[in-house]
This record gives sequence, structure tokens and C-alpha cells, in this order.
Amino acid sequence: MLRIECPCCGLRDHDEFRYGGDASITRPGHDDPDPEAWYRYVYVRKNPPGPHREFWQHVTGCRQWLVVERDTRDHAIASVGFARKTRA
Amino acid sequence: MNSNDRRLPAGGRIDRMRPIGFSFDGRTLNGYQGDTLASALLANGITLTGRSFKYHRPRGTFSAGPEEPNALVTLGTGGRREPNLPATALELAQGMIAESQNRWPSLGFDLQSVNGLFAPFLSAGFYYKTFMGPTRRAWMFYEHFIRRAAGLGRAGTERDPDRYEVRHAFADVAIVGGGPAGLSAARAAAYAGSDVALIEQDFLLGGQLLSERSDGEAAAWLKAIETELAGLPNVTVRRRTMAFGIYDGNTLALIERNDDPVVQGAARQVFIMLRARAVIFAAGAIERPLVFSNNDRPGVMLTSAARTYFNRFAVLPGENILVATTNDGAYRAAIDLAAAGARVTIADQRSILPAGLAEEARRLNIAIRSGTQIADLRGGHAVKAAKFAGPGGNSEIACDLVCVSGGWSPTVHLTSHLGVRPVYRDDMDGFVPGGLPAGHFGAGSMMGRFSTADAIDSGHRAGIEATAFCGKSAAAPAPARLDLGEAATDAFRAIPSIVRGKAFVDFQMDVTTKDIELAHREGYESVEHLKRYTTLGMGTEQGKTSNFAALSAMAALRQETIPQTGTTTFRPPYAPVAIGALAGRSVGRHFKPIRRTPMHDWHVANGADMLEVGLWMRPYFYRVAGRDVNEAYVAEMRMVRGAAGLMDISTLGKIDVQGPDAAIFLDRVYANGFAKLPVGRARYGVMLRDDGIVFDDGTTTRLSENRFFMTTSTAKAADVLSRLEFLLDTAWPELRVAVTSVSDEWATMSVAGPKSRDVLAAAFPGLDVSNEALPHMGFIETEFAGRALRIIRLSYSGERAYEIYVGATAGEKVWRHLLEVGAAFGLRPYGVEALGALRVEKGHVAGPEIDGRTTLDDLGLGRMAAKRTGFVGDVLRRRPAFQAPNRQRLVGLECAEEGKRLRGGAILFIPGDTVAGHGRGRITSVTFSPELGRYVGLALLAADVAAEGSEVFATYPMKAETVRARIVSPVFLDPKGERLHG
Ligand SMILES: [Zn+2]
Repeated sequence: MLRIECPCCGLRDHDEFRYGGDASITRPGHDDPDPEAWYRYVYVRKNPPGPHREFWQHVTGCRQWLVVERDTRDHAIASVGFARKTRA
Repeated sequence: MNSNDRRLPAGGRIDRMRPIGFSFDGRTLNGYQGDTLASALLANGITLTGRSFKYHRPRGTFSAGPEEPNALVTLGTGGRREPNLPATALELAQGMIAESQNRWPSLGFDLQSVNGLFAPFLSAGFYYKTFMGPTRRAWMFYEHFIRRAAGLGRAGTERDPDRYEVRHAFADVAIVGGGPAGLSAARAAAYAGSDVALIEQDFLLGGQLLSERSDGEAAAWLKAIETELAGLPNVTVRRRTMAFGIYDGNTLALIERNDDPVVQGAARQVFIMLRARAVIFAAGAIERPLVFSNNDRPGVMLTSAARTYFNRFAVLPGENILVATTNDGAYRAAIDLAAAGARVTIADQRSILPAGLAEEARRLNIAIRSGTQIADLRGGHAVKAAKFAGPGGNSEIACDLVCVSGGWSPTVHLTSHLGVRPVYRDDMDGFVPGGLPAGHFGAGSMMGRFSTADAIDSGHRAGIEATAFCGKSAAAPAPARLDLGEAATDAFRAIPSIVRGKAFVDFQMDVTTKDIELAHREGYESVEHLKRYTTLGMGTEQGKTSNFAALSAMAALRQETIPQTGTTTFRPPYAPVAIGALAGRSVGRHFKPIRRTPMHDWHVANGADMLEVGLWMRPYFYRVAGRDVNEAYVAEMRMVRGAAGLMDISTLGKIDVQGPDAAIFLDRVYANGFAKLPVGRARYGVMLRDDGIVFDDGTTTRLSENRFFMTTSTAKAADVLSRLEFLLDTAWPELRVAVTSVSDEWATMSVAGPKSRDVLAAAFPGLDVSNEALPHMGFIETEFAGRALRIIRLSYSGERAYEIYVGATAGEKVWRHLLEVGAAFGLRPYGVEALGALRVEKGHVAGPEIDGRTTLDDLGLGRMAAKRTGFVGDVLRRRPAFQAPNRQRLVGLECAEEGKRLRGGAILFIPGDTVAGHGRGRITSVTFSPELGRYVGLALLAADVAAEGSEVFATYPMKAETVRARIVSPVFLDPKGERLHG
């Protein structure tokens, strides 16, 4: 029942999007050799009840990856922006 | 045949000029336009409408709305059969075919009503104890008996021929309920400037006003406001529409029904997702029954329902009527029924009577007994007499209808769906919605405003407030007044009766006061436990009439107040929803799209047996090669290994990768290196996930310095593209690279086999396809008939092979051309079964091995990444657990027994193992190898028992087969790759 206001395409049904997980976690550098850093990036999640920054891709629209701030309790969306900062 | 002999000569909201023929349990009957099925049955004197769920007790119509627990019917025949519908909410339609449920062989004579004798088996907790307790084995014994005896209607097994729809709708203000509060809210919101959607489950607007006289002031008020709403262009009225749930984002889920079997072309049901900026709940209230012995007999009815049947449907449901009540409201029904000529007695539990109403009642010769309650009823298939308990001692009167009223419960279901807990209000002895969130408003009896005047007033205010919430603020003129003289709140706690026989709390689930006592005694005291233990409120009507009586009973047993006991959680759907309505048109071929390759029509026209692979249709095998797949794939393999074969591989994912940093990007996403790939050359590549598991494999060709052409597996095409975009958008935005799917732009086919180069040379005469110009992993770009053509020399089968790419619209043309010139070399098409078999012989891993659990090392591909770092999945693939000595790794297996075969999915054991559990590994892919003359396969097998040359047992429990297999290299054919080169 979610609708996401894509900054490129406008308000769209969530059927057009693909969920991409927690956006608050920093990905280690591609050549970071620390297993602990990769373990935290891949497996450790807070799963908070409340505001949550997460990735969504507008797969059947503009295909941009977005950062959506969604309240996990009621799905209220506070903000939507491009994940790639230069496109904001 | 009786025909409408219970129908009054005048009055009601039925159209006597439009009779309607229908059938019930095979009897042909008549009703009128404006009837429900239940009112038409009552008009025909039919008071026995069903048998109860567990005990098969006779039951009659109890209510006049969707809260009906008893009169459930199955509608329609064949594929249109729909069970468990409340007759009280079904609009009568010409040709309607309805059947009663849960009776055998007939409603009047039910053999299984002897189940009453087995009652101890079916008491509370029977299911719980049988399934969960130490007596679970008992289920084996009881199952047959229970399944037959305890059940509601059966669904049809034939295909439903009707059409269903899914729609989206929008409104500023959505109003649930078209009674006085909802009508007033719709009017106010519309005048104030909102786009309004008014939702009413009934086929008429009016709610409780429909139970008032059809020619009185309530009817006049209703007619006036309906006319007013019809003249407001910003109001959409949805009748016959049930709001069954509310979801996040103010999304109301609605079902619009059309039960008329003769309306052609219309969807039978429409599932509507209505998104509103504000929602007004005006869903009304449901009358509560009274609990006493045998309170489920046919002829016991809610008092408001009796009044509805009389005033709305012109049916007098009894002639000798007892009204048992705890409140003032029931007097109005008694007065209406007495005025129509019925003999009426009121048994009021209260000792102080409402003076005005009592006087009015006595003027109509209604006898009133104060401080009196019903102790028991006599009569089996129909009520005959009621026994009283009260200050006047025990007495008995004859009656043919018992109207009961235990007060009213606001319909808090919908507001509860979003987690708003109902709160108890002592002044009305009931639950109302707790604090509603922003944008939600309530009005009318649902909010405890029971009088009509109050409902209209609260609706008006809600309409204006909801519109203001939407940011609009025009004025709305005050609505016309309607005062029917009801008290604002009207509550008196029902006194529990002294129960001798069965006294039902939940009619539909056959839960009695004894079941609640048993649950209490056994410690299931919380309301949520009580519900699950007794199945209370778990029927199709979700305890709409039973909930409060059960809470009261449990509170009394626990010596608590009702708010201390609490209430259960209501969840969607408010009323049963047909799966067909949710699916809409997404059925059969429309359930998921079909993808066809550019050569699809040729395959079908030329004897291909087509196979669904994900969304794709692919040629499985060609009938020219064999009668069935087993014969054909072996013949097609021989053709490829001996001469040449043509395969449609257009389904491969294709991604164009461009930009100054494209080579760096590919170096990071593939486990093996691509930066040093020369222009004009292709390379096999494997991608990992971040967790070190293999993600996908494919090939990438360097078209120019900054441009690459990537292929992915058919299955992972979408996932790979999305992942590449994710990495570029979120992880490495500094890389100047763009990726674009070109999967549908290119038709792709593979020419494989020792004669493949001869085919190519003949097909494209001007082109140098010599080993020097186009070596293994080489690439050339050319033109065919004015279209760009790409040829990449790649092999999947192990033979010399070329992948040919051409614009999709020219795909069939090139395909035909190749077959035409290739015929001289023995070129024919082959299907995916042969393709899969050829790759197994060659030891190439594919989907069955790259199954989301295997690493590069597991698949024997570790050397590809041996000296590299800095690519996706590099760090976590080195986890110690992935290096465990018994980690399952890829091996080849060949069948060691003459005349036997290997099977995919077989479980592997070593000699001496007990054959149980998951074994040491499993066979992932098998094929018959024409080259080796036996079955061979790929397997994942614990590395500590996987020495080449040793034997394992492959067991296939589905067919009770066990066969010996020898561990060999997974590359069964041409291990040096001599066939590929040169
Ligand atoms: Zn978009």
C-alpha cells in the first residue's frame, strides 16, 4: 500500500520499486580487507521501530536508486532522495 | 407452496410490481425487488436456515445484516459456487440459487444432529488438545468423523467463469457507513469542498433509518438527503460495497459485490483500493444477543432485526412475540410490531421501567414483566415457549418469536485494524475506538452517539473537520434535523442467566458458556487465549455478535471488570473476501507475463516443444529429433557433437557497460580480472555477492577501450543489472560508468559443433571467420542485410561455437538463413534439454550448482580469483567455515551400475553410512552421455569423502532407488579443450 514520491517520476505505487535494504550502513571500501567491517556491513542490522533510512530502486520507472526515510511502524515516508548525491 | 404468506399487504421498501423468482434448497420461491435473501425466506415462512458448525443444531435467521452468525448459505452452482454468505446481506436477484449448509441429508432431518450426543468430544479445547497434546494420535481416529461433521459450506472445485476486477480510487474524504452519521458527514464534507467517497455495504443508503417506518419522518429525511447528495458532483456513493480493511497510507480495501446472476458483462466483484486523505468512520453499532439456555433456537432474533424485517421488508416475523431486553431501544420494536397486530410481551431485566415508553406500550396491549429474564426456551426447529426467571417466580408463556436485545456494541473493527485499541466506556457499557490518529474521524453510534439527532450532528462535524484536515475550509449549511426521541446513551448490563442446557455465546462457532467456564478452569484466562482455546469469534463473521457476551462471561468468572479483562484484537478482513476478487484479472495466462524470443513463432511452427523457463518460453526439444524429450535430447546432443546445432539463446541477459572507468568497474564486480582484457576479446566471468557466495556467471566482451558487452544468465538478468546500478549509485559514484540493459534489443543464437565454422563461412561469405581472424574468445562485428551483427566465439557445449547477435527484428531472418545454408553441413536446431546435457558433459556449472549457497572454491573455480583482491565478495569468501574439510564441493559422478541411471536430487552416502537424513551431498545435474554411453552427473559432495575413483551411493527416495556411482572429474569430455580451439 506504500506510495513513494520518486524525485524523478513523481508519486508511484510501491509495486514499481525494489527494496534494497538499510541505507544507514556504510559500505566498506572495495579494497577494505577487514572481515569485521564486511561482516557488519552484510549481517548486522538494527531493525528499529521508527524512522528507517533505506534503499529503494525505481525498477519499472527511472531505475534510480533512492534513499527513502520510512517509519517502520506506520510506513509514513518522511523523505525521498536520490542515493547518488550528485543527482539530488 | 407457501408464497409470501408472512408478507404484510402494504409498506416496506420493496417493489411489489417487480417479483423475483429464486430457489432455496431446490424449492422455487418468490420475493420482491428490494428483498434480501433472508427477508424473502422469512416472507415465505422459512425460519430454519442452517445447521450449526459443531453440534448440527437447527438455526434460523438471527440478524438483518452482515453480522449474521446462523443463516449462512452457499450461492450459485458449479464454478460460481460461493459458500458461507450471510443471507441477511445478500440482495435478492432473479434466478438466485441458494443452499443451506452443513446439513445431511436435508435441513429438516439431519442425521448428524446426533452429534449432540458426542458433545463432550467437541467441547472447548478439543482441537487444541487433539492436535497439540499427548493425545495427538487421536486425530488419526477422529479426522474422518470431524471433517464431515464440523464444517461450513464447501467451495466449488470448477473454474469460476466470472470476471473480477481490481481498481484504484481516490478521494479527499472517505466515509465508511451510509447511515444518518455517514450521510450527514458526506453532505458536510461535500459542501465544504472535499471530493467525497461514501461507502455503504447495503444496496440502500440509510443504515438504521431503514428500520424506521418507510413512510415516516425518518424516511422523509433520508429521501431528502439522498436527493441532496445526488445533486453534489463531488460525491461518489458506493453502495453494495464493503470496507473490509484499512491499511497504511489511509488505504481502504473495498469489495463491491454484484450478486445478480443475470447482469451480463459486469464484474461479479470488484476489489477497490481507495486512497483517501481523510477517513470518517461511521460504521454504526451491532446489537448484542442475550445468553440463556437454548438461546440459539430458530425463532430467536435480534430485536432490531425483527424491526427491520417489519418496517423495511414488510415481513411480520412472528405473531406471538416475546421481546427480552435490557434497554429502552427494544420498546420501539415492540410498539411497531404490536401496532401491526402481533401479540407482544416485553420481559425487561430492569426493575425500573422507562415510564413514557412503558405507557405507550401498554396502550397497545403489550404486557410488560419487569425484573424478568428468560431462563430457557422450548421448541426444537422453532420456538414454542419461553420459561422465565424473575421476582414473580418461574413461569412460562407460549411464543413463536423471541426478540433479544442486550444493548449495542459499536463496530470498532475497522479502526482496530491500524492498531487503535478500543476503550471501554462505562456509561454505555461498551467499547468505542480509542484515540484515532490524525486524519481519522468518527461519527454516530460507532463513537457512542446512539441517538439519530446526535449521529447527524456528529457526522456533520466530522465532515467539516475532515475537510479542514485536507486543507479546505468552505462553510457547510447545517443539516435538516431529525429527532426520533432515543436516549443519548442507553445501557444496562445484562444479568447472566442461570444456565441449565446449552447457552450459546458464539452461535457460528458453537461456543457455549460451559466452554468459557472450561477455558477459565483450565487456565486460559486472557481473552486472546480464550479466543484460541474455544475458537470464539473465529468464524466467518469474526464474533460480531458474540464478542461482548464472551468478554462479560469471562470477566464474571475472573471477578473482574470488563476493561480489566480487555478485548480481543480485530484484524482484516471485516467480512470474508473472495480470493478471486483480490486476484482480479491476474488469473491463468494473465497471472504473469510471458516473454517470447524473436524466433518464438519459428520454433512453434517447426515442431518445438516449448518450455516455460521463468517468464520465458524456450524450445525444450524439437519433435523432429525424437518422439519424446528423452529420445530427442540425446539425438540433438549427437548432432551438436557430430556436426552442428543451432540454439536460440536470446533469453540471456545483455548489459551495455560504457564509460572511462568501465574496465575498473568490471574488475571490481567480477571475481576474475577484466582490466587487461584486450579490445575484441571475450572472457568468462563470475560475480560474487557481498557475502562471498557466487551470484552469477556470464561472459563480457570488450568492444572498445571504454565499452563492454556483458551477458548474464537468463535467470539473473534483472538482478545483475539492478546490482550493478546499486553499486554505481551508492558505493562507487566516483566511477564514470553507465550500464544499460540491452537484453531485448538483441536476438541471439549459438552455432555449435565441429562444422560450425563451415556454417558461418557459408552464411557470411565476405567475412573472414578463420581461426586467425576469429579465435576462441574472439569477437568480430559485421553487417547482415543492413543490420549490425556481432559474432563472439564462445562455447558452452565444449564444441567450437559462435554466438551470433543481431537486432531483435532481424532475429528470425538470420535464424532461417543459418538453417538454410547450414543444412548442407547437417545444421539443425536443438533445445534447452540438449543444451543443459551438453554443459553437464563438459562440466560447466549452471543454476543447479550456482544455487545461492556455493562459493568459487565449492565450484572448483577458486583459481580464477587466486591472486586478486578488491572485488565484491572477496573478503567474506575467505571465511573459515567456507574452508571446512567436509564442505561440499563440485565433483563428477558416473553411474557404476549397468542398466541403471542417476537422478538429479538424489542424496549421496558412502559405503557404511546409515541411509538417513541429508547424507554427504547430492546430485545437482544429470544427463545420459552418448559419448560415454552411460549416465553422468554433477554433484556437491563433502570434500573429505570426494577422492576421485571412490564410490558413493545415490539414493532417490521418491522412487525407492539406490545406485552406485563413481567419483570422477566433473569434466567428462575433452579435458584439454581441444575441440574449442583451432
Ligand atoms: Zn523514478
